[in-house]
Parts: sequence; C-alpha cells; structure tokens
Amino acid sequence: MPSPLFLFGKKESKGARKFVSGDSIFKKLTLISALFILVLALLIFYELYSRSQLSISKFGLGFLTGVEWDPVHQVFGALPFIYGTVTSSIIALIIAVPISLGIAIYLSELAPRRFRSPLSFMVELLAAVPSVVYGLWGLFVMVPWIRDYLQPFLESTLGFLPLFQGPKFGIGMLAGGIILAIMIIPTISAVSREVMLAVPDTQREAAFALGATRWETIRFAVLKYARTGIFGAILLGLGRALGETMAVIMVIGNRPQISLSLFEPAYTMSGVIASEYIEATQEIYLSALIEIGLLLFIITLIMNVLARLLVWRMMRMFRGAKE
Amino acid sequence: MIAKRITRRKIVDKLVSSLALLSVAIAIIPLAGVIIFVTSKGLSAINLEFFISLPKPPDEIGGGIGNAIQGTLILIGLASMVGIPIGVLSGIYLAEYGDNRFGSLVRFMADVLSGVPSIIMGLFVYVAVVLTTHSFSALSGGIALGIMMIPVIARTTEESVRLVPNSIREASMALGVRRWKTILFVVLSTAKSGIITGIMLSIARIAGETAPLLFTAFGSDVWATGLNQPISALPLVIYKYAISPYSNWQAQAWGAAFILLIMVLVLNIGVRFMARGRYRR
Repeated sequence: MPSPLFLFGKKESKGARKFVSGDSIFKKLTLISALFILVLALLIFYELYSRSQLSISKFGLGFLTGVEWDPVHQVFGALPFIYGTVTSSIIALIIAVPISLGIAIYLSELAPRRFRSPLSFMVELLAAVPSVVYGLWGLFVMVPWIRDYLQPFLESTLGFLPLFQGPKFGIGMLAGGIILAIMIIPTISAVSREVMLAVPDTQREAAFALGATRWETIRFAVLKYARTGIFGAILLGLGRALGETMAVIMVIGNRPQISLSLFEPAYTMSGVIASEYIEATQEIYLSALIEIGLLLFIITLIMNVLARLLVWRMMRMFRGAKE
Repeated sequence: MIAKRITRRKIVDKLVSSLALLSVAIAIIPLAGVIIFVTSKGLSAINLEFFISLPKPPDEIGGGIGNAIQGTLILIGLASMVGIPIGVLSGIYLAEYGDNRFGSLVRFMADVLSGVPSIIMGLFVYVAVVLTTHSFSALSGGIALGIMMIPVIARTTEESVRLVPNSIREASMALGVRRWKTILFVVLSTAKSGIITGIMLSIARIAGETAPLLFTAFGSDVWATGLNQPISALPLVIYKYAISPYSNWQAQAWGAAFILLIMVLVLNIGVRFMARGRYRR
C-alpha cells in the first residue's frame, strides 16, 4: 500500500527515524514468518532425506521394486506398499470422481439458489469428520456391510474377473478404496465447483442463446472450459488419498502383499509407517520406513504442485476473461 | 424427426440432472451414517465417570477418557502457540507486503504444504524432535499440530486482511499512525472475525488428527504430568480402543468419537455462522 506518508518517513528528523525503524522491524518479523513456510518445506525434505540415507545407499532403486519386507533378515522392499497405496487410491478415484463431478455440477449449475450454500456446506462437512472417526465407522459399520452385501453381490455379478474373487472378510483393498473415496469427495467436489463457478456467465448465456439444453450448456460451455481446473481438483483429491493414513489402516487389513483380488488385505505406505515405526529399533528398519515417508512426501508434493498450478492458471485465465 | 431429437435432448437433460442430484444424495449418506452411528453408539458409553476418570484395563468395567480430553486441549493450546503467531504474521506479510515473486512463492508453498499428508508432518517431527530429545512428548505433539495450522491460518489471514478497504489504512495513516501500528491495531481489528474464523477452522482440522500424534504425543494412561512427557489425546484413544479386541474398549471408542465429532462439528458450524454472508459470492 504505497502511501504519501511513507515519503515523510524518510525525512531525517529524529522522530521520523523512529517511524521507519518500527515499520521495518514489523516488516521483518512478518517476513521471517513467511520465510518459515518455505524453510519448513525444505526442512521436511532435508530431515527425511538425511535419515533415510542408510536405506537409500543399501537398497538403491531396488527398494522401489523389492517385494520382500522382512525386518528379521533386514530385507526391505517397498513395492507391496506402493501397490497398496496406488491401487486403493485408484479405486477411490474411480468411485469419487463421477460422484464429485455430479455434486459440483448440481451445486454450481442446477440446484435452486437457496439450497446451494447449505448443501455445499454439508458436503464440506464430510471433510471435517476426523479420519479416525471414519476408520471407526468403517471398521464396525461399513466393513460388515461390504462383507455381507457388497462382496457377495460383486462376486455373483462380476466374479469372472480375478478382481472380484477371493476371501470375503469385508476388510481389504476394496474397503480401503471405498473409505478413501468418501474422504476425497469433498475435496474434489469443492474445488471443481469453485472452478465451474469461475467460468464466465457469458459462456453459459451464449450456449443458451444457441438453443442448448441445460446439460448441453454444462457440457460444452462449462465443463469444456473448466476441464484444466477440474483435472487439478482430481489431482488434489488423489494427493489426499495417497497420504491418508488412519481410516485406511483400520479397514485395509495391513498385510504386505500384491494380489489382483480387491477382496484381499493390502498395506499402504502411510500405513506401514504408522504401524511399524515403534518396532523399528534397528537403524536400517527405521531408515527404510523413513524412506517410504520421503517417497510419499515427494509424490504428494508433486501432485499438489501440479494441481495448484492447474487451478491457479485456470482461475487467472478466467479473471482475464471477465475483465 | 426434429421433434423426436428435441425430446431425446430433453430426456438426456433430465437424466443428467437427476444423476447430479443422486450424487449429492450419495455423498450425504456416509455423513449421515457417521453422525447417526457415532451418536447412537457413543451416547450409551457416556456418563459423568467417562469424562472425568482415567482409563481402566479392558477386563474392568468403567473407566473414562478424562486424560484424553485434557491431553487434546493441551495439545490444541500448544499447537495454537506455534501456529497462530507464525500463521497470522505470514498472512499479514502476504497481504500487506507480498505482491512480489517471493510472496507468490510463499503463497504457493503454503497451499502445497496444506496438502502434504499429516503423517509426513508427524514423521518429520518424530525425526527432528523426538529422536533428538529421545522422548515422546506433549511438546513435540504440539509442534506437529502447530506446523499443520500455519498454512491454513496464513492463507485465511491473508484473505481477510486483503478485504480491508484501503481507505481505512489511509485514514489511519493520515492521522499520523505508523504503518505497523496501523496494521496491528486498525487493519487487524477490522479483519478480526475473518482471522478468528481461519484459526477456528484450523483447530477443527487438527483436533481430529491422529497420525502425527502417534509419533509425537504417543498416548498415555495417566493425567498429563509435564510437557516433556507423553500425553494422551482423543484421536489416539479412539484408534487404540477401536482396534482392540475388547468390547468395552470398543464401546468407549464410540463414546470418545462422539465427543470428538461434536467438538469438530461445533467448530465448523460456528465458523459458518460467523462467516455468514462474508464469503458469499
């Protein structure tokens, strides 16, 4: 905020110098706080990187492809965990993306005006429920439902696929994917809705003027225009799914294996860190767990950077279009 | 022919509209499910003893989660002492001085950091603090939660400080008030409710965090004795009891979840009423 008073501050009277110093101290204080955010990101990377040196130098790239996780013989391969994290997140996306887009479309284009804000608030509340509460609910309510209804149903209809064969515990990859889907729906739908609201109304008016129905307007004038931002929203959801810990730990079964069947138990990267760090008394064991953390940090960082760039670029483009 | 095509388009239109409405309904189901189950199962576990006494071994009836409630409040306090000053100050920087490259970088990094999984924050504090001090502690838990608050508070503070009209700043400075005093006493008090909203939201977010506390606060079965000692927290108790094989512990997990859920929902709904009309388009 450039102000004419600033010029007066430069006068060399004694009182005036005091002006400037109070201002510059305050500015520095806020600058240091802002700098702390950058330093924090670097510090997280540095700490995790230096503490996982042991594992990085011992296993090298083989860490990513190794399928054996044997603390007793100090053999550590992270592939089962990477597989568990990636597969459960993909299941979550398959379920959550269409639902979230439906929500975003409804809330930004279709809903009667006075319902819009209470309904979006309810969807946002989904994000407010702590993940351990989802885990508790998942373990005692959702898992029995999956075991008694969903798994028999999937087996009888799609059972010819290896994906839907296997033991029907309820607990397993499928349960992990579903709970993740519930948790990322608010993220994807809120950001997509925001992006869609940012599409200039002239777009919609033009489509309507050409005689398009509401759906055609949404499809050609809104979705097409907003697709970069929506892709960003999906990446944000994916980032959240990849790193989610507690709810998944409680329903996925925590067994390090790679199985085609979605009914089988699995294990995620965040899950193995959270449940094994306390047993990791040997240096190399702990180092391997921290390396998994480092991987997770890097992956989620990339997802978030990409997502933010997409959403930001999109919003800036619209701001340009509106002016 | 044309009429037929128009009907088809209308049918597709109706179909998509109902699918969109259906998605909203599907999303509300788990929310309603969680609230209903946690309330119905949680209420039966709750009585006065539950609030004020210590946990008991699984084979004994009774016991409570008093120390976990105490621990959660202490952790929120510690986290606020870390998160609020840094968050608010960096938010002020971004709004008042941050229209430059460095500002954009900080803004971007704050957004990115708020997407970093909480378990990574916990692991970081475990490596940086717990392993160096050789002990789990309330303090390390507070730090882990505190650094998670910073990005949220910074961005909401920035937003609400930016909403303060320039005329107010100019009026204050025209009266000879220095810029830093203008910001602290005039701008901030105008932006106060927005900043408080952000702080409450960030508290709601960290109050239910479990993963970072596993590595730092660790949990405990006794009342808090010191900040350098492990400390209990509601989410930790819910996790420990939920995965235990004992039915009375499981029942208490629902009770604890009920208290936590109420806390988080009240914060969120409170924020909504405070923010009413301010962020609306």
